Amino acid sequence: MSGEHSNSFDIRGIWRVFWVLFAITAVEFVIALAIPEAFMAKPIKNAIYIALTLLKAFYIVAYFMHLKFEKINLIYSILLPTIFVLGVIAALMYESDYWFTLR
Amino acid sequence: MSSHSSPALSTSGKLWDGGNEPFGASYGKLMMWFFLLSDAFTFSALLLAYAALRFSSLSWPVPDDVFAAVPFIHGHFPLVFVGIMTFILIMSSVTMVLAVEAGHRGARNEVVKWMFWTILGGIAFLGCQAWEWSHLHHDGAWWGSNPFVNADGTPGQVNFTNLFFTITGFHGFHVFSGVVINIIVTIMTMAGVFDRRGTYETIEKIGLYWHFVDLVWVFVFTFFYLI
Repeated sequence: MSGEHSNSFDIRGIWRVFWVLFAITAVEFVIALAIPEAFMAKPIKNAIYIALTLLKAFYIVAYFMHLKFEKINLIYSILLPTIFVLGVIAALMYESDYWFTLR
Repeated sequence: MSSHSSPALSTSGKLWDGGNEPFGASYGKLMMWFFLLSDAFTFSALLLAYAALRFSSLSWPVPDDVFAAVPFIHGHFPLVFVGIMTFILIMSSVTMVLAVEAGHRGARNEVVKWMFWTILGGIAFLGCQAWEWSHLHHDGAWWGSNPFVNADGTPGQVNFTNLFFTITGFHGFHVFSGVVINIIVTIMTMAGVFDRRGTYETIEKIGLYWHFVDLVWVFVFTFFYLI
């Protein structure tokens, strides 16, 4: 089984992913600390943070957890159920007006 | 189940007739993935509860004011300490992949070396978290007590501290479990268990768990400290 994996786990590739994660985190810090909110509104900052977080999640899951190199069955059976999380988000957003006026 | 017996390891080429691994992964690795999926739902539920409570509140404490302390230095340094914690955890994820990579080559001493650094990173992260918790506790923050004012100057809700200690605590518990399991598999590596088994897949399985802990921290970092 080690034969089919040996191509995707190279030491240089591992460090490249590390530098990508490091760079994304650095960008998040620059946005948080160096860019004033008068220049970039908080909702825009938040949208960028979430996009960068999902990008980091992709790199961790795809390369560190090696999911990108697994069989397509395995990839789908892990990724598709996360639709349920999106479902909860949709439900909460649908209810949000009610929550807000309740308080 | 007992009514028919399928020939062991038939090489029919069909995907679902038994005798092969449709997912191309061993039972243990597959179950680790499904466990992590269920754990992802747990953390999603916690973070969504945080989002729902936060955005249904009129105001909320400012993270940059709450998390602005660094050990041994006096002053206001938002995000610096949590940045160090994030770096430590990403770094320990890298050393874990390097341990898995060494395991694929069957290089026992390298596996032990990288596992040692991974365990050290995990312990360093837990130490940082312990310092942060005790610092916040010293300021009067705990479950059911929130000394921090909201952004608009009104008294802060206990929801803030309740969610902070519950979610970082649940994550810290995962880190702690990971460190314990990492120590166990490192001892097993040193004892030559995986050489006798002929595979270092156990390192790969605990590696998946360790990366997941890192993954959760990426989200906790964004939602608690940045947004």
